[in-house]
Amino acid sequence: MNMTSLINNYPEISIQTEDFDHGVEVNLLEKHNVEDGAVVTFSGRVRNNNLGLKVRGLFLEHYPDMTEKLLAEIIETAKQRWNIGRVKVIHRIGQLAIGEQIVFVGVTSKHRQDAFAANEFIMDFLKVKAPFWKKELTELGESWLEAKTSDKEKAQAWSK
Amino acid sequence: MIKVIFFAALREELGCGGTEISATNVNTVAEVKLALGQQNNDWQHYLTNNSLLCAVNHQMVNRDFSVKAGDEVAFFPPVTGG
Repeated sequence: MNMTSLINNYPEISIQTEDFDHGVEVNLLEKHNVEDGAVVTFSGRVRNNNLGLKVRGLFLEHYPDMTEKLLAEIIETAKQRWNIGRVKVIHRIGQLAIGEQIVFVGVTSKHRQDAFAANEFIMDFLKVKAPFWKKELTELGESWLEAKTSDKEKAQAWSK
Repeated sequence: MIKVIFFAALREELGCGGTEISATNVNTVAEVKLALGQQNNDWQHYLTNNSLLCAVNHQMVNRDFSVKAGDEVAFFPPVTGG
């Protein structure tokens, strides 16, 4: 496979119920990509505690037709702002157990500064713009999570 | 007709994933909410929650945004993904 066809066939966004392999995703970001020296990845997992309560699991809902559009806009904005190469965003939906992966953001660039910044930017805007909702199952029962002011402020800080 | 859909906590509060309303005399997002509340009194309390967000045809909009027959209007709480 030559590089052009690899890039053309490389989907930047995946919304999926099934798990993903972190190592495979890093390999795909690096494969036939010798222009970029930096690879920055973030992955988010289901933790066993929130606001002092024991968490037993999460349920992830989304707005199917809108999610990919929003994520594509965020990635496009990052590409305009920084000199980056490949981008991959994976977000899982459905029922997730403790320790399972929820989200993956991978960015490559020639030098590390652009990859670090773009990765954080994509993650910050995914948090406040992409139409996903988490329902938490704790020792007290089920409840929808509330959006955090700190996440909103973090995203707003990029426009300062 | 205007297609209306609900997500997450709002979907559960209304006990309904979506509905359709007539586009007659409904010109803005605010009027969509009003029409929904008139159709179902139990919904008014949840639809007047100020933190609710709205998208028309997959684009985030405010309450004054224009709507027309054939549009898809979605109401949902602030997002919590990632």
